[in-house]
Amino acid sequence: MKENLNILIVGVGGQGNILLSKIIGEVFLNVGYDVKISEVHGMAQRGGSVVTYVKAGTKVFSPLIDKAEADYIIAFEKLEALRWIEYLKKEGILIYSDYEIPPMTVITGAYKYPDVDKIVKELGVKFYKIDIPSLLTKIGNSRVQNTIMLGVFSRLIGIEESFFKKAIENNVKPEFVEINLKAFAMGRNVDLGEV
Amino acid sequence: MLGNQAVARGCYEAGVKVATAYPGTPSTEITEYISQYSEIYCEWAPNEKVALEVAIGAAIYGKRAICSMKHVGLNVAADPLFTVSYTGVNGGLLIAVADDPGMHSSQNEQDTRNIAKAAKVPVLEPADSQECIDFVKKGFEISEKYDTPVILRLTTRVSHSQSVVEESSREEIAYEYKKDIKKYVMMPAMARKRHEIVEKRLNDLKEFAEKTELNRIEKGESDLAFITAGIAYQYVKEAYPDAWVLKLGMVYPLPERLIKDFCSKFEKVYIVEELDPFLEENIKAMGIRNAVGKEIFKMTGEYSPSFIRSAVEKMQVEPHYRLNEELAPRLPILCPGCPHRGIFYVLSKIKDIIITGDIGCYTLGALSPFNAMDTCICMGASVGMAHGISKASDKKAKAVAVIGDSTFVHSGITGLIDAVYNKSDILLLILDNSTTGMTGHQDHPATGYTIRGEETFKLDLVSLCKTVGCSVVEEINPYNINENIKKISTLIDMPGVKVLIVKAPCRLHRRYKYVLSKRYIDKNKCKNCKLCLSLGCPAISLKDVPTIDQNLCLACGMCESICRFGAINSVKE
Repeated sequence: MKENLNILIVGVGGQGNILLSKIIGEVFLNVGYDVKISEVHGMAQRGGSVVTYVKAGTKVFSPLIDKAEADYIIAFEKLEALRWIEYLKKEGILIYSDYEIPPMTVITGAYKYPDVDKIVKELGVKFYKIDIPSLLTKIGNSRVQNTIMLGVFSRLIGIEESFFKKAIENNVKPEFVEINLKAFAMGRNVDLGEV
Repeated sequence: MLGNQAVARGCYEAGVKVATAYPGTPSTEITEYISQYSEIYCEWAPNEKVALEVAIGAAIYGKRAICSMKHVGLNVAADPLFTVSYTGVNGGLLIAVADDPGMHSSQNEQDTRNIAKAAKVPVLEPADSQECIDFVKKGFEISEKYDTPVILRLTTRVSHSQSVVEESSREEIAYEYKKDIKKYVMMPAMARKRHEIVEKRLNDLKEFAEKTELNRIEKGESDLAFITAGIAYQYVKEAYPDAWVLKLGMVYPLPERLIKDFCSKFEKVYIVEELDPFLEENIKAMGIRNAVGKEIFKMTGEYSPSFIRSAVEKMQVEPHYRLNEELAPRLPILCPGCPHRGIFYVLSKIKDIIITGDIGCYTLGALSPFNAMDTCICMGASVGMAHGISKASDKKAKAVAVIGDSTFVHSGITGLIDAVYNKSDILLLILDNSTTGMTGHQDHPATGYTIRGEETFKLDLVSLCKTVGCSVVEEINPYNINENIKKISTLIDMPGVKVLIVKAPCRLHRRYKYVLSKRYIDKNKCKNCKLCLSLGCPAISLKDVPTIDQNLCLACGMCESICRFGAINSVKE
């Protein structure tokens, strides 16, 4: 296992960043890391660009992750994946949802929504693009994208599956545990090519 | 554990009996977590002044009490603060104040330490969640030993970061209440004597600061040296793990001998603190000449380890992946289904009005596509400012004040009384979404529920506004857009103080259930006029023609009501 792990979870306010950070944080804690998580509440959550930091290591001081320091970026929205790309390490991995939520600046025509897939390829980033819209339709619940992404992340990070399942059970309300475990399994079974 | 949760845990373990607050990011969760401990009485007060007064009462009676607020809340509570500093306490009194460097969710970036110094009250500043627990307990001990209120200064990254903590059990603490008018009745003769006691107390606290373990030197292996506190300590440690660090847990008053001794050992000492040069000015006033602070560290926004490195070494961290184009900004926006959208759409259609706004989700009405707000200063300001505009214009300006229900109860009521008393001509819109929205759904006196969800007397805004003498008081439904354009246009031109209570609960609140019937746009009927886009609803975006994202739609139906071609309909279940 690596000595330090920096995970950036990015998306649009209300997409479930904080829950995912709690689950990942608990997993890291249970495998023996010191962990710090930093979240954003309040005004920024109202549909704005949001970021949550999860840091694990033998001893973590700052809860923030700086540019070029993230081992993983988990992005719930494509434009947000790009917005935070400067935070990725050279050998870092981007996991992003193939889901577009145009910001108001795009809806009003002040800006264009960029061709994210093309730019990510051109930058030469190691990435996994997850077809979240069709997975959400298949599972029939629009609120579990975070646990689907967790499933994908769990395969890449190489920590035993049971740690993640336990953390889901501990952090999700009892009535939603079953659907979130199903979403997690769905994420684990996404075809990632070579991992 | 979240920093705010750790403050709550510390209160539980310290035997706190009474906890009060008005919600405010980043402090809100302290009191929410406290409400989970049945041993502690806790409440949402209408504002921070009342909250602090309740806590002062509890402390003077002999029990430990905490009052929590965001930085600007301390302005509201400043009146009792400055004088409870004179009376002192009986049971411990802790005031938890969360500053917001970087203004993630605030209207200014003021630094609580300055107010604490002006009020002559000691300040503790934790750097992680474990210290939140420990410093709460230490704070109560200091409060009781030195007979003073104590401020626990937090910042966003301490309040809203999670780190590992150790818990322990609760200890009950109570002191006897004794009537003592020389101590608790502050009129000139008594207050003069108390002021002398306050000055002596500050000197005693300075001595305490010299020897407390709250302030510690961490030995380094390089010739770099820092004085720092709170979250900035974490950034320094990460940037320079080998440096010498004087970590201050108590940031006011300061240990002069300890600091002088530390600084004398190094050629240069960096003072790292977010916001104002509080430590720096106090340290330089000690006559220390080798301290470096705001000459290289910024006064605004948040710090980070790389910021500190770049300031000290004058070099930038280069990202590996760099974008060539500027990305579309994503500012906060009203949620899908939000009732405020209806009222701001209406206000954006009415010409020649000046709209004074207030603090809450609805401040977003100032942004595109509505641009329907002219001002936002502080809690409750909308009402008085509209009145001032009306008077200054000799009644020519059409002034409309917009305020939320929780903010109105916080500090809008006195402004309304003033407007009526002084014969103003304004329209007040109280956007009553039956909760405190922005901070995450806290109850208040007009929701009819307490912090623990128990039913209580529900403040009736209609009869309140009638009682204070408003000429028109009516309730309207924000989803009736076409009706509201007419109603508001008519009322603006009428004399007197008119109030419309715009009533519809927050769409995201669990308590209020809706019959959900999501909308879709019939491409065959849509003429692509894009009027629906002017609602600024995140669920509606332009593909070839406007399209509604079914994952985001919350079925409010506003788009259907403004579509002129009948192209927007309910999804059939």
